[in-house]
Amino acid sequence: MAAALQTAAPLRASSNLGANSERFRFGSLLRSPAGRKGSLLVVKSDGRHSVGFNTRLRGGNLIANAVAAKSEASAKSTDSKPGHELLLFEALREGLEEEMDRDPRVCVMGEDVGHYGGSYKVTKGLATKYGDLRVLDTPIAENSFTGMGVGAATMGLRPVVEGMNMGFLLLAFNQISNNCGMLHYTSGGQFTIPIVIRGPGGVGRQLGAEHSQRLESYFQSIPGLQMVACSTPYNAKGLMKAAIRSENPVVLFEHVLLYNLKERIPDEDYICCLEEAEMVRPGEQVTILTYSRMRYHVMQAAKTLVNKGYDPEVIDIRSLKPFDLYTIGNSVKKTHRVLIVEECMRTGGIGASLRAAIIDNFWDYLDAPILCLSSQDVPTPYAGSLEEWTLVQPAQIVAAVEQLCQ
Amino acid sequence: MAIWFLRSRLAHHLGQRIGSLDALKLSSWASSLHPWIPPSLDSSDDRYASKFLRNPMDLYAARRFRSAKAQESVPVVTDGSNQVMDFPGGKVMFVPELRFLAESPGERISCYRILDDDGKTISGSSFQEVSKEIALKMYSDMVTLQIMDTIFYEAQRQGRISFYLTTIGEEAINIASAAALTIDDIVFPQYREPGVLLWRGFTLQEFANQCFGNKLDYGKGRQMPIHYGSNRLNYFTVSSPIATQVPHAVGAAYSLKMDKKHACAVTYFGDGGTSEGDFHAALNFAAVMEVPVIFFCRNNGWAISTPTAEQFRSDGAVIRGQAYGIRSIRVDGNDALAVYSAVHAAREMAIRESRPILVEALTYRVGHHSTSDDSTKYRPVDEIEHWRTARDPVSRYRKWIERNGWWCDDAESELRSNVRKELLHAVQVAERMDKPPLAELFTDVYDQVPSNLREQERLLTELIKQHPGDYPPEVPV
Repeated sequence: MAAALQTAAPLRASSNLGANSERFRFGSLLRSPAGRKGSLLVVKSDGRHSVGFNTRLRGGNLIANAVAAKSEASAKSTDSKPGHELLLFEALREGLEEEMDRDPRVCVMGEDVGHYGGSYKVTKGLATKYGDLRVLDTPIAENSFTGMGVGAATMGLRPVVEGMNMGFLLLAFNQISNNCGMLHYTSGGQFTIPIVIRGPGGVGRQLGAEHSQRLESYFQSIPGLQMVACSTPYNAKGLMKAAIRSENPVVLFEHVLLYNLKERIPDEDYICCLEEAEMVRPGEQVTILTYSRMRYHVMQAAKTLVNKGYDPEVIDIRSLKPFDLYTIGNSVKKTHRVLIVEECMRTGGIGASLRAAIIDNFWDYLDAPILCLSSQDVPTPYAGSLEEWTLVQPAQIVAAVEQLCQ
Repeated sequence: MAIWFLRSRLAHHLGQRIGSLDALKLSSWASSLHPWIPPSLDSSDDRYASKFLRNPMDLYAARRFRSAKAQESVPVVTDGSNQVMDFPGGKVMFVPELRFLAESPGERISCYRILDDDGKTISGSSFQEVSKEIALKMYSDMVTLQIMDTIFYEAQRQGRISFYLTTIGEEAINIASAAALTIDDIVFPQYREPGVLLWRGFTLQEFANQCFGNKLDYGKGRQMPIHYGSNRLNYFTVSSPIATQVPHAVGAAYSLKMDKKHACAVTYFGDGGTSEGDFHAALNFAAVMEVPVIFFCRNNGWAISTPTAEQFRSDGAVIRGQAYGIRSIRVDGNDALAVYSAVHAAREMAIRESRPILVEALTYRVGHHSTSDDSTKYRPVDEIEHWRTARDPVSRYRKWIERNGWWCDDAESELRSNVRKELLHAVQVAERMDKPPLAELFTDVYDQVPSNLREQERLLTELIKQHPGDYPPEVPV
């Protein structure tokens, strides 16, 4: 498989390498039909695209499921391998539990996290084990329990604040922006806020507009915050642990549809670096940057792309603030073409900032304008078909890569 | 006096019983309260009164408007036709009469006071005794606070600092409440409580450093003047938005409860702050979680230009405590001894019983809201003058300590001139000191300076090197 890639790829890649890159930098702009219009591949809500595109995709043959299937093999066959298998929400819980065991200052607060076990069962069983003071059920006031978390953090506790849905944390925006992000700075370093704010976000299955918020775009300009997005059970557990151990306030974005992903993770203690991106699939031809659920759409598209003879490099950026420009930069220097696939809305999303960062730092290495696929600037509709069309689908990713590589 | 003791005992009694609806035990307390009945429904028939009194949950919901008189008995009439139904939260009794709880009780909640306007203790009053040493420290700190406010306000008017906010009229609240706390109690202030810091040992030089934002400021020049903060003195850095500190205090109290420390969290806010959403949720949380926190409301009559009549329609802030299940007290904020006693008792209750307490101190904001405000635009000048002179808490307290033979005119003038001299010197020193270096613009955003901020720092340093004339000289690069 890899060998076939190697033979197919150089035919396209070599023309872009080395001394020819200058010639092709503007050449590709002139040649591509979308070049003059701008570097955006606009996806309209009815599925039409500004680039000549396969109309078969409208309505019919869409790949709706980008969530990895559950267990494939029986339990017996997997016993011999090291590590243990679990679902993503269990991985989060395991990470949380290990940290609570390790450090008695870690506590959890949020709505229904205690006896109910959390709306997505991330904190199930913790209240029974640690008592309902350490796993605290709060009344419904996001601004206030986030504020409570800030106050507790200044006293040395390490609270993990759960928003039942990320969208509700908009009610906590004041505490997150004016206090979490700021108090370490305005107090001259006297008070630290080692708080973790987490919750499920992203577009789910017909959850309606208010429950389908993508807050990473709203929070990204708050100074003092770190933001990470998990996408697999491995990095969910690792990021949870790293976030709890961090001295800075960290917002951990989980995705509603990824909680049931299954993966085998190591038994030993491990953490994932908060500022690091994850190389999902190395490649030579085009860099696809993505995070959270879109990773799975991209991987699905990657399969199609590989079959068509492309060699995409897929990076799950994981760290939304700050961006891991080291990994991203190395990739851009290698492939010279970037496609960003995000679930945020077009305006002011993570893709917009990432694009600016790449242009600022790696302009000379780019052979084509950076393409960014994102959701439209509309509230997420309830109707299933409309909801599908607000998200970037694998077929659009394939088309974008084809356009980039012309 | 007796009322206060009685109320706390009864309230304690109630607090233990409220979940169990033991009607028999409550009836003695219950019978001493008279819920207000609308005139249209009032009848001299005793049955109406007794129906209200029989069910404890009804009573808890009914407004207290008269002070409780001990053991006043009301005949309880049994009426077999009334039914009790089990709803979530407890049993509730049905009444067939259409009756609304009044929006306001006939009488306002009474106010705890010890010193009268002449500085004489009111006969029969009960209060926490203060030693001569504490009493004198309280007075000298109140005077220091007054002078500090005057001098810094003048400094702002002279353009030497950009902003200031005075505490004139609320010195008793600041100092007396601080005196009743210990250094282990963590304070979450709004912004009109520098007296608490002063009491705890923040020096005049440290105050000046923060106002001038020089390199010795603990906040490293990052906040406006009067946004003091000191982790050493357990005083949380002031944050401008109103009432955001109230849930912080609940969180800190939660942490203290977990650690089983013999300390409480204290938070201050004004009458305007009680309108913020954070206030309501924080009080609710504190009550549900049973954490040791004191909510201190400085009801000074004005939220910039909004008088309390336009801020809320309830009987001040104290009446709201009961709505959240919080023990509360109203106290005369210009009476230093009353504030001291109330906070002392509140602290003890909060820690011993792990419960929140709401203290509302009635006072008056004599100064303008801040240096950006001219309050004569929205309130009469003679009102301000009346409160500045006739109702001044400092002079009232002074009369009391003079009566005790602990103070005299000579001591007064000596204190005032010393403080003034020290302050002026501190201001001069602070003004001349260098500002924090440029590097401090980028530190403490995170625990370690990340690469993007280092890059931004490098760019800025280069820019300043290229155009030195365009940048202020007293900021070291």
